[in-house]
Amino acid sequence: MLNRTADNVARATPEPLAKKIRGISDKGLAWLFISPTILLLLAINIFPLFWAIYLSFTNYRANRPNEVVKNLGLANYRRILGDQDIWIAMQTTAHFVFWTILLQTVIGFTLAWLIDRKFRGHAFWTTIILVPMMLSPAVVGNFWRFLYEPQIGLFAYAVSFVTGIPPTNVQMLSNVELAPWAIIIVDTWMWTPYVMLICLAGLRSIPEYIYEAAEVDRASNWRQFWSITLPMALPFIMLAVLFRGIENFKMFDMVNLLTGGGPGSTTEVASITLKRQAFESWRTGYSSAFAIILFVAVFGLANIYVKALNKVKQR
Amino acid sequence: MKSTWKLALGLASAITASTAVSNVAHAEDLTLCWAAWDPANALVELSKDFTKETGIGMKFEFVPWTNYADRFLNELNSHGKLCDLIIGDSQWIGGAAENGHYVKLNDFFDKEKISMDDFVPATVVGYSEWPKNTPNYWALPAMGDVVGWTYRKDWFSRPELQKEFKEKYGWDLAAPTTFDQLKQIAEFFQKRQIDGKTVYGASIYTERGSEGITMGAMDVLYSFGFQYENPKKPYEMDGFVNSEKSVKGLEFYKALYDCCTPPGASNSYMGEGVDAFKSGQVAMHMNFAFTWPGLQKDENVGGDKIGYFVNPKGPDGDQFAQLGGQGISVVSYSDKQESALKYIKWFANKDVQAKWWSLGGYSCLNSVVKDPKFPSSQPYAQAFLDSMAIVKDFWAEPSYAPLLQASQKRFHDYVVAGQGSAKDALDGLVKDWTQIFQDDGKM
Repeated sequence: MLNRTADNVARATPEPLAKKIRGISDKGLAWLFISPTILLLLAINIFPLFWAIYLSFTNYRANRPNEVVKNLGLANYRRILGDQDIWIAMQTTAHFVFWTILLQTVIGFTLAWLIDRKFRGHAFWTTIILVPMMLSPAVVGNFWRFLYEPQIGLFAYAVSFVTGIPPTNVQMLSNVELAPWAIIIVDTWMWTPYVMLICLAGLRSIPEYIYEAAEVDRASNWRQFWSITLPMALPFIMLAVLFRGIENFKMFDMVNLLTGGGPGSTTEVASITLKRQAFESWRTGYSSAFAIILFVAVFGLANIYVKALNKVKQR
Repeated sequence: MKSTWKLALGLASAITASTAVSNVAHAEDLTLCWAAWDPANALVELSKDFTKETGIGMKFEFVPWTNYADRFLNELNSHGKLCDLIIGDSQWIGGAAENGHYVKLNDFFDKEKISMDDFVPATVVGYSEWPKNTPNYWALPAMGDVVGWTYRKDWFSRPELQKEFKEKYGWDLAAPTTFDQLKQIAEFFQKRQIDGKTVYGASIYTERGSEGITMGAMDVLYSFGFQYENPKKPYEMDGFVNSEKSVKGLEFYKALYDCCTPPGASNSYMGEGVDAFKSGQVAMHMNFAFTWPGLQKDENVGGDKIGYFVNPKGPDGDQFAQLGGQGISVVSYSDKQESALKYIKWFANKDVQAKWWSLGGYSCLNSVVKDPKFPSSQPYAQAFLDSMAIVKDFWAEPSYAPLLQASQKRFHDYVVAGQGSAKDALDGLVKDWTQIFQDDGKM
């Protein structure tokens, strides 16, 4: 039947066009179709990557095009790995990634579990919960900056109302101890719904009959949760953790809008350091080396994680 | 029929001709790039006269200060043709000259008889020359600016506050002449209730992202004895940048931040400072002089309520102020350099400069600022003149950006985040700056 249709189409093809196409194999045709995408990928992804690798071994500065570019060997890499400030930025990033993922996963999964109960109005509440995720990070960053404002911000007044501390003493963005948490709170507020959505998909994919069988075996709710719900939703949770981990590792916009890396360098995550080196200090070679190190770190960690994820899925 | 053809032909020719003319006019339009701030609006107004005189249209590309350097340095580095004229920051001059971004103006100045002797000397060195103190000109001084202070004259003149202040500190409450006095006044006003509202001592620069805290801290450090390098041996910084006097200056800046700024003012620069002053939060306000015309006109804090003072003296009587402001340059990648030079020639004119000052720009031309009527022309004119006489500027080296980033980090870490000591911060700064100059092959 399929062959007949193909024959009909071939017969219907005008002779000049048929002559032109005749001679191209299926494989050739496939290459013909995917080549624009491959060329685009090569031009905007692969070439810049290799170019950045090349630059990372040089002293090139984009703001001094007339200067002779010298090959520095591994000097940029050695300098980065021996730079205390870079390690501090990496620690700050790790702290930020760890706490945001932990909070978003716990709260996101809890919300998904509650929404999955399908209570009255659950669709409405799902939509409400999703609102922060739909906002632009620039908008979120700006309005949270006002909320955190010690003299006029609602956040400071809310904390003051609960704790009795004067609002002007609640300096979320100026205090060295509080500033990292200020960013963690905003990121958690904005991205927990995303984790919730993925977890909800996981929970809804668990077949009902498994719970019915557990009921027959008189398994308690607690037992059902630990033996059915959590293991079966785990690949989805891990997927959410992977997505958020990669996103938060390169977090820039929220930190830039809320604290600009300050006070001092207490919230200066790796991406802010990279931006400063690349586009403010114009140390293109040095920042390329830093970008390659970050890329290798994220790529390596993500690979290990994906292997673990696959193992969980196969269980 | 013939006449109909003639009419049609005539109309077609007229339309073609008018399109051509409009295309020519369009092609002659110049684009001037600058920061988005009050003086830029004054320049738009002023430039209408240039269009009237020459027929050359003016377009403007103004970018907020926070993105100004990023945006336009990217434009210059990529050899972009967006800007025909650029009013670039004073510290860009070294990089822009050495990397060929700006057209050298010496021959043009000679041809048009524009003499740099006609401009305030500090602005020529600061905005036009590279290398510094050599007759190599890359810009025409366009907008004089300097860090100074405003204060609430109405609060300072309240008898009950004057009495209380005199009893507490033993001298009359007035605009401070030394940094010690400034701190005493700031402490006096900190968290004081005025008209039922809590007010604070002073708004100072603490911004981390671009150049804020460096401009603020340097403004104080100069008068405490800070020097960028050994005057006899260029780039020798140890013992100058981190001298005992510099350490004292930085400690003072931190003490002022800790004692006397409004809550949450940890990332404050020009805009935040203006907001703090306009909203009646602070008694004193550190800012560039360009903000003064706007504050003077403000209904709530301007008029008789505002006063201006020059950056105070340090412990040894030294008195300096951080230079701001910019020169106007012709971008070497522009296809309309001839028209751009016409604009520079027009802008250097005495009458244009006088109008520039009257519209809210700060002229650098001697004939304007040395006019006997100048000090009384605006309430802030004298403070501006006095401030311009004591200016110092940050490095204007091609590597100014990394040099600035290093000081931003070191100062913010110490002053705002309270990490380490002032000595650690300045020792670290010497280390960073030495590394940068070594990378540049200058040491």
